[in-house]
Amino acid sequence: MRFVLRAREPRWLAPAAVAVAVLVTLALTAGPIRLAGAAPVAAFERYVFTPLTTPNGIAEVLLSATPLLFTGLAVAIAFRVGYYNIGAEGQFLAGAIATTAMAFTAPDLPAVLALPLGVLAGALGGVVWAFLPALLRRRFGIDEVVTTLLLNPVAVLLLQGLLTGPWRNPVTGFPDSTSYGSGYELPALLGSRVHAGLLVGLVLVAVTGVVLWATPVGVRLRAVGQSPAAAGFSGIRVGVLQWRSALVSGAVAGVGGAVQVLGVQHQLTTSIAAGYGYTGVVVATLGGLSAVGVLAVAVLLGDVQVGAQSASISLQLPSQMGGVLSSVLLLTVVSAVAVRRYRLVRRRPRQPDPSEGPRAERPLQKVGG
Amino acid sequence: MTAADRGGPGASVPARPTPLVELRGITKRFGALVANDAIDLSVDAGEVLALLGENGAGKSTLTRILYGLSRADAGEIRIAGQPVTMTSPADALAAGIGMVTQEFSLVGTMTVTENLMLTGSSLGRVDRKAARARVLEASQRLGVPVDPDAVVERLSVGERQRVEIVKALLGDCRLLVLDEPTAVLVPADVDLLFASIRRLTAQGLAVVFISHKLHEVVEIADRIGILRRGRLVADLPAQGLDPVAIAALMVGATDQPGTPASAGDALGVHGETLATAVGLDGSAAPQAASAEVAVDPARPVALQVQGLTLAGDPRPRVDDVDLTVRAGEIVGVAGVSGNGQTELVALLCGTTAATAGTVCVGGTELTGLDPAARLRAGLGRLTEDRRGSVVLGMSVEQNLVLEDLDRFRTGPFLSRRKVRAHAASLIERFDIRAAPGDPIRSLSGGNMQKVLLARAIERDPTVLVASQPTRGLDVGACEYVYSQLRALRAAGSGVLLISEDLDELIGIADRILVLSGGRVVGEVAAAGATREALGVLMTGHAAAAGERAA
Amino acid sequence: MDFPLIAVLAATLTIATPLVFGALGALLGERTGVLNLGIEGTLYVGAFTGFLVAARTGSLTLAVLAAVLAGALGGALMALLTVSLGVNQHVAGIGTTLLLVAGSDFANRQMFGGGERTVTVTFDRFLAGGGLLAQYPMTYLGFFVLAPLVWWVLRSTGAGLRLTAVGENPEAADAAGISVPATRWAALVTGGALMGLGGSFLTLSLLGTFTLDIVSGRGWICIALVIFGRWKVWPIVAGALLFGLFEALQLQLAITPAFGSVPNELLIALPYLVVIAALAVRGRGVRYPGAYLTAYRRA
Repeated sequence: MRFVLRAREPRWLAPAAVAVAVLVTLALTAGPIRLAGAAPVAAFERYVFTPLTTPNGIAEVLLSATPLLFTGLAVAIAFRVGYYNIGAEGQFLAGAIATTAMAFTAPDLPAVLALPLGVLAGALGGVVWAFLPALLRRRFGIDEVVTTLLLNPVAVLLLQGLLTGPWRNPVTGFPDSTSYGSGYELPALLGSRVHAGLLVGLVLVAVTGVVLWATPVGVRLRAVGQSPAAAGFSGIRVGVLQWRSALVSGAVAGVGGAVQVLGVQHQLTTSIAAGYGYTGVVVATLGGLSAVGVLAVAVLLGDVQVGAQSASISLQLPSQMGGVLSSVLLLTVVSAVAVRRYRLVRRRPRQPDPSEGPRAERPLQKVGG
Repeated sequence: MTAADRGGPGASVPARPTPLVELRGITKRFGALVANDAIDLSVDAGEVLALLGENGAGKSTLTRILYGLSRADAGEIRIAGQPVTMTSPADALAAGIGMVTQEFSLVGTMTVTENLMLTGSSLGRVDRKAARARVLEASQRLGVPVDPDAVVERLSVGERQRVEIVKALLGDCRLLVLDEPTAVLVPADVDLLFASIRRLTAQGLAVVFISHKLHEVVEIADRIGILRRGRLVADLPAQGLDPVAIAALMVGATDQPGTPASAGDALGVHGETLATAVGLDGSAAPQAASAEVAVDPARPVALQVQGLTLAGDPRPRVDDVDLTVRAGEIVGVAGVSGNGQTELVALLCGTTAATAGTVCVGGTELTGLDPAARLRAGLGRLTEDRRGSVVLGMSVEQNLVLEDLDRFRTGPFLSRRKVRAHAASLIERFDIRAAPGDPIRSLSGGNMQKVLLARAIERDPTVLVASQPTRGLDVGACEYVYSQLRALRAAGSGVLLISEDLDELIGIADRILVLSGGRVVGEVAAAGATREALGVLMTGHAAAAGERAA
Repeated sequence: MDFPLIAVLAATLTIATPLVFGALGALLGERTGVLNLGIEGTLYVGAFTGFLVAARTGSLTLAVLAAVLAGALGGALMALLTVSLGVNQHVAGIGTTLLLVAGSDFANRQMFGGGERTVTVTFDRFLAGGGLLAQYPMTYLGFFVLAPLVWWVLRSTGAGLRLTAVGENPEAADAAGISVPATRWAALVTGGALMGLGGSFLTLSLLGTFTLDIVSGRGWICIALVIFGRWKVWPIVAGALLFGLFEALQLQLAITPAFGSVPNELLIALPYLVVIAALAVRGRGVRYPGAYLTAYRRA
């Protein structure tokens, strides 16, 4: 058996590949779930369906999806132009830190000023954190993957340093900041815990979608991401677009951090460093780097997160299973999508060669970028 | 078993002893395309078999199968009568088959010795000293000079080819496949290569020689196999064949009745194009657009290049180039591949920054500007890397408008309607065989070149820089490109045509500059130019440069 | 004020040890053209597996073997994704890291979730009280066995030539009869094993227990060190020592009264920033392996 490149791809193939990936994910994760003493079917039901059966559950799903929406969008904007920003985690935290700094600088502002300024501060924080890798890439051609990754632990340490130092809670002595002034509180929606940050996210999704799909800039971004050399040859300023996307990406992640502290916590705690940025890579990739895809996957993963919490209580299944499930899903989907370009051909029944791995007939291809 | 027993199409030769290598019924399909259709072919020890055919006839596919780089869908390969399975080059090497491809298989960062050690190396400790001695010994025995300590990426193309040949012959090689070995060589190096081939075949080596250049084939081959549309249409002794007869076989002139309509098209094209495509000698070469050669010096300058230089190691890759293209003329640039053409084009297009010098288009200085500004100033481009000039993941229409998206806006949005209309009109005007929404990836080389021509010419460029515009295209597509270039000249644009095909340059250009070692080493009027004269220019300087460097 | 030079230098060697293992493991993959961003997760799974087996069996030998095996499996996952299936290397690497981290956390929670922190047996230092030489066995192994060995393999063996050829020009390697997929698989699995071993140093030598922030970006440091060292063994080792030195200094400063007011975390961040600064200086115009990030498919 071997793989041969398909001449033409049928329309049903991509959805079918994703469906297969989902089934494989369920099969692969059933083992560990059983080992942990839970019934796989009940667990999957908890993860995916149970949260959506109650209004409160749906609200929790949307609440969990909100930060992922921002980090997923941030990663998608950067990946689109072939700028591998894997620092959404650090940019998200930098946004939360900057917003907190704003809230402590002018604690008494009314909401009408405090909220826009808080969000703006978050965006700036994200841009600051994205600036150095983008600059090093633009000026000296230094790989942004490494620099954006390295700044993630630095942001976590900065957060911890601030919370154990200047922002330590003077009353309790815990490494949590004090609560913000009353102006720095995003309004809740429909009496639930869901906050207006979700609306900010949806607006960003809409704007990103329109820019990517219906404007010259969107076409240019796509061209740069798919083939920087050809885009440059066509007069598109590749370096400039990547630079701008890198900073916009940082800003979006930073806004995510801002709305998380303004909408949920109303204070800065170390619990904000929950890997939203890394999960953003999952969201963006599974969402096909499109705005609508990011929205859908963010909701899906939010659903799984809420489900994982409820399963940890009702089924005694450690909530880390949610992370396992989403990362396995990522890997199976990208694998299925990569493999779907090939069709399996039974080798002529001549000399079966069991030692042979899958081999595909395809000229040298760039997979990155 | 002999060839005659099988009675295949290749069995027109009389019964003879078991051939060294024998292909039987080799078939390979790529989707709907049959690249090789039940091909039977054999080679004897000490024999040079020339394999001919137009681009896309299936020569490369066949050699890749023979070397284990690709697997046949049906058929078998026999060596000395024994069937063998070739699933990788390692199998081919073990079976005594060596190959030198057009793209050299050398690791640039390694030395010659290290490259030669790669084949068949064990995993354990390697003995560099012994390997170096082996390389020197083989180089002397084979009469192919190589420097064992040189780092490959610093060698010239001819030197790399010699390394490849020594590599292929290091082991127990009985059949050597040479895929268009002369395409990158200056005439003097071709003579060296042919001398080596003769010496090696005298020692019993069999050689499969692939070329487009018929005069070379007649000179070196013992037997000639001709492929057309994946089928072997002739397998003849070379003795007594002349280039014109071979050319006729290649394009299918002899079996006209059975051929489909498009083959008829190929027959209908000018004898000029046919001769150019198959690389005939000057006698049958196209007549230059003869009388109107003398270009009026009063015509405006379309492209002016002064002192253009790109530094390189060890010597400049483009070295103080001056050239002028006036409106309404085609200026050719001849030279052996790798003598600065690619770099010159990159400097003109602005994808590489020049070390020194100026570029002006129609009076606008372009030095230091990016590609977008150059486009606006009236520079049209057609580079040798067609697939690198388009965004392969996008559609035909998107690629057609990529250079000036802002022209197709409605408010801030891209108007799909305007894009579609523009694309449709270009598709009509340039006879592109595709729908606007087709992925450009799916287009043939000729159609893709039409898209690029359309994109460049539609903007009415002051000057068009066209690099290897017909490489890899079939006869009809070549003719189409020539007609477009001529039309552009007639419309008053300047054209800078960079090509390795001397007949093409002589046939279509008004003047020809010769580039060697990154320098312009000569200029001739196309009307009186001959291959030989150009060849001397291309070679003479190469030798001089070699001496300088030594 | 007395500056404890020997103690700082000894700590430098200790801190650099897991980085030497991780970075040389990453180097093997990158020399064949595959960037393994799964390294962060592979170090993590090595650390956890070593801890788990040591806690359950009490055998350090078994624990180290298990960590090596877990790391090799991490490398194999990466190879399956990037070499055999042709998945984008960045995405495959991040996905591998996320999976291995989440999987380790899941198992950790499942097995050690209830009670107080479990502590395992650990390796003892050789030559305790020997100043600079009082190091864990793994440190000696890393600097005096592994680094010279990798250097020798890359420079003087057929395996090293093959690795380089596959990373620089896979088509040339293929034409020379070298299997590109097999070479990349071998490099990634071996590299993963080294990463697993490096991860186990954190639990089995340094801490004797497992914490969720035990790796905290060391994998990314390793990737940076490979670029910093321009894909050569000794410069990479030197980079690891440089990082180790800054972290050792930071630890020293943290207990120096004059710096008591500076939050510890800001000092901890210092070595990361040093690595970025070093990259900004040494990473300019570096020459990546020719086939870096590129999948290979034979036509």
